[in-house]
Amino acid sequence: MEIKKPVIKSIPYEDFKDNEYLENMVKQLNEGGTKVLIGCLDDLINWGRSNSLWPLTFATSCCGIEFMAVGAARYDFARFGFEVARASPRQADMIMVAGTITHKMAPVLKRLYDQMADPKYVIAVGGCAISGGPFKKSYHVLNGVDKILPVDVYIPGCPPRPEALLYGMMQLQRKVKLEKFFGGVNRKEEEPQKE
Amino acid sequence: MDDIIKIEPNELRTEMQKLRAEGYDFMRSLTGMDWGEEGLGVVYHLEKTATGENKVIKAVTANREKAELPTVCDIWKGAEFNEREVYDYFGIRFVGHPDMRRLFLREDWIGHPLRKDYDESLNPLRMTNEEPVDTTQYMEVQHDGSVIEKRETIFDEDEYIINIGPQHPATHGVLRFRVSLEGEIIKKLDVHCGYIHRGIEKMCESLTYPQTLALTDRLDYLGAHQNRHALCMCIEKAMGVEVSERIQYIRTIMDELQRIDSHLLFFSCLCMDLGALTAFFYGFRDREKILDIFEATTGGRLIQNYNTIGGVQADIAPDFVQKVKDFIAYLRPTLKEYHEVFTGNIIAQERMKGVGVLSREDAISFGATGGTGRASGWACDTRKRHPYSMYGKVDFKEIVHTEGDSFARYMVRMEEIMESMNIIEQLIDNIPEGAFQQKMKPIIRVPEGSYYAAVEGSRGEFGVFLESRGDKYPYRLKFRATGLPLVSAMETMCRGAKIADLIAIGGTVDYVVPDIDR
Amino acid sequence: MFDFSIVTQWIHSMLTSFMPEGLAVFIECVAIGVCIMLAYAVIAIIMIFMERKVCAAFQCRLGPMRVGPWGTIQVFADVFKMLIKEIITIRHADNFLYNLAPYIVILASILSFSCLPFSKGMEVLDFNVGIFFLMAASSIGVVGILLAGWSSNNKYSLIGAMRSGAQMISYELSVGLSILTIVVLTDTMQFSEIVERQADGWFLFKGHIPAMIAFIIYLIAGNAEVNRGPFDLPEAESELTAGYHTEYSGMHFGLFYVAEFVNLFIIAGVAATIFLGGWMPLHIPGLDGFNTVMDYIPGFVWFFAKSFFIVWLLMWIKWTFPRLRIDQILTLEWKYLVPIGLCNLLLMVIIVVFKLHF
Repeated sequence: MEIKKPVIKSIPYEDFKDNEYLENMVKQLNEGGTKVLIGCLDDLINWGRSNSLWPLTFATSCCGIEFMAVGAARYDFARFGFEVARASPRQADMIMVAGTITHKMAPVLKRLYDQMADPKYVIAVGGCAISGGPFKKSYHVLNGVDKILPVDVYIPGCPPRPEALLYGMMQLQRKVKLEKFFGGVNRKEEEPQKE
Repeated sequence: MDDIIKIEPNELRTEMQKLRAEGYDFMRSLTGMDWGEEGLGVVYHLEKTATGENKVIKAVTANREKAELPTVCDIWKGAEFNEREVYDYFGIRFVGHPDMRRLFLREDWIGHPLRKDYDESLNPLRMTNEEPVDTTQYMEVQHDGSVIEKRETIFDEDEYIINIGPQHPATHGVLRFRVSLEGEIIKKLDVHCGYIHRGIEKMCESLTYPQTLALTDRLDYLGAHQNRHALCMCIEKAMGVEVSERIQYIRTIMDELQRIDSHLLFFSCLCMDLGALTAFFYGFRDREKILDIFEATTGGRLIQNYNTIGGVQADIAPDFVQKVKDFIAYLRPTLKEYHEVFTGNIIAQERMKGVGVLSREDAISFGATGGTGRASGWACDTRKRHPYSMYGKVDFKEIVHTEGDSFARYMVRMEEIMESMNIIEQLIDNIPEGAFQQKMKPIIRVPEGSYYAAVEGSRGEFGVFLESRGDKYPYRLKFRATGLPLVSAMETMCRGAKIADLIAIGGTVDYVVPDIDR
Repeated sequence: MFDFSIVTQWIHSMLTSFMPEGLAVFIECVAIGVCIMLAYAVIAIIMIFMERKVCAAFQCRLGPMRVGPWGTIQVFADVFKMLIKEIITIRHADNFLYNLAPYIVILASILSFSCLPFSKGMEVLDFNVGIFFLMAASSIGVVGILLAGWSSNNKYSLIGAMRSGAQMISYELSVGLSILTIVVLTDTMQFSEIVERQADGWFLFKGHIPAMIAFIIYLIAGNAEVNRGPFDLPEAESELTAGYHTEYSGMHFGLFYVAEFVNLFIIAGVAATIFLGGWMPLHIPGLDGFNTVMDYIPGFVWFFAKSFFIVWLLMWIKWTFPRLRIDQILTLEWKYLVPIGLCNLLLMVIIVVFKLHF
């Protein structure tokens, strides 16, 4: 089955055009092809998953306040189905790493990620989570969460505006729409070899 | 430049006790120092709350390998956490301190990062989980003057300990409490900080003065203006720069807007913690309006990078005055709505009244400034004690309640919003014309010496201690965290309360974690 | 008014016409079971959607908007996601109990759900001690919650479960007392009978003062019974992350989540039935024309309208009020609601004995 261009209702497709990474992924996935029934099922599942990404309430610093602002009255991420911010990692679908991750926090964050149930996604919010940001040279700051977690979407900014956060979350929706539950070729990282 | 009195370590305790008896009951700041050749040491900033007199004292130990100083944490309770911080940063051990653990860094951290000879390569990223340690070490002076090391247990094995944080919806970030419970009642509470310790003070030592400014905004992001104001003021004071009246006006107005912003967020978060979610959204709805005003002038919503040394970054937006006036006209009636939806609620009052009482003596001893101190009856407003910018010239009331409970802390902040609006109203119409930025040298060097400047942040006195050696870079820059005294007082407030009270107390004390950890 | 029992009788006679009665009854049972489950799921989805929209409206937000028109199929997306989400097995947890707990909760919820009289002749479990059965069935839920908290090997869960146990068992008393007040008025415990007796006026009006008091007590206690704010201590988000279901993921969590919402509906449905006449239209004695017009509106519309009105009331309370503390919850129950409930029961007895009701 032809993999459709992933569409998010609220943003016209043209607005996403700059995302070369996803375009390539679509191309790659299209090469193999899938069966019709499985493809339909995948579509259904992905529709469900992408429209119901529940974030974990996790924030370490400034970006967390902007994350709260996205949930609050003016920006209201509930409109897109991000509504139910769960405090327990078991019930959350994605973790927004909002803020600086320090050396002391890194194992805790990793543990939180491990506690989440599959499928789980990671968004790195703000300069600190992406690369260490203004604290890159500090002795106690992790230079980017991608060193310890597989990051799906990066949202730059210090802190990113709520609009940017929404855009980033929609990019994640779009990415989820490409996943294959039955089709096999998942882009998830391979499990490390057991010793 | 402050006059520093040097006291020998062996006389420190008697001298300090004498000063305490004289009436120096408030320890503004305790700063660890590494003077290189001269040795390691501590700088104490003391104040008489009765008269506002200040004294700066330093104690030095030349022994770098086995640095030891006597503790003062039984004289000022606030010194307890600060001394742990100094131990963490510089490795100075305080004899007689009951709990000599690291405050911010992991227990298996090697070395002390703020020492000038610290080797960073010793501490790579450790991904192992930190094992909770239930014991602590301390050093005790025997009768014959010798010092022995002892270990003490914090939590017994059969205690029911629950771990709140670092990832917990009610800790406002990544603070961690270990709480020993008896049913629902808190028997003991142990605070663990450092999950967002970013090493700002160390980073500042290798940044030029204008560069250091950027980091202050990210300390207490709800007091970004005020923090930056404090550092700018400290540097200006050191360089002997007088900023023009227009800049003073703008800074003062911005500080007060920031305070309203912070207090609205406080209201929102407190309501959320107590379970009243609708009120949370009310607070955020109105907070957005302040952010709009900020954005038009500074370009930033949360972190504005607005104050600079000798001025501000950009002139105020053309419609700034009108927008601020509109906002004040809007907020006054809206605050009544807040009181209707939350303050008047019988459940909210029951949850807060009489919960987490902090006495005036304790507040001063811990140095718990800001709304927390004022709720306990301590008139600790820096704007009144040491007026800066326009605060000496405007007429405003210092809100002081005497109950010291959570409800008083809540009401102090709600009333402060009104006072802030009064201050802004007095200033907003008479902003004088002029430049928004004083002409400064391209490279800023601060004359040798040590300086301390403080502003009233959103949640207490935010102080900056700057030691300069005449370089482009500060030799040591210490920020007096507004939150650290507050969390050190948590144990006192929470003991005997219920676990739900811990949330209410934490909410009303209103700490911001990156400000505690720095 | 349309009597739904015509349909059920027709099905029954059709089935018995070509098969032995035992088999027919068996088939009917299965069919009804499936119908109940379906209705349960539909109600759950409506409730979740309603909760989101209602709370959004109170909070100056829009709520779900993008998935389907006005976000109407948002909840379906959530269900799909939940169904294929990983269910984590916890190390050192009591696995059998851990997996059993959500089903006990949902079982209790479905059992009490099937007691509700939706329309005339549309009662599934309708016998002479219906209210008694409902109370008994709904109390099973607390066992599930206690098990969930106990078996999760998590201290938060345990505290949440203990709170829940203390709270639900206490408040059952008040729920029982206020229902008993109405039973005194009606002298029956059968749901269909209770509704029939309200043909000439709802009990809220017929029983006047004591019925009003009982209604208010019932709403407070019922709210506490389903662990919703301001009584949501067992899952107090800002205190215990997610309370007794902290460790549950995927559909197991989904079951708790769904049960919570349907329990709210059940509480509202029971309130609608015993205080507001259930499916009985609004009848005012003496105004026959008016009564006939009202009779044209089908019974289930009345039932659902009343139930959802009460649900809306409870949601309003939930989103506005701060949470109580555990000792305050118990004080409220034992020092205020129970004594008032007892006095109220006495008052009702006096009123019934002296025929002071309408």
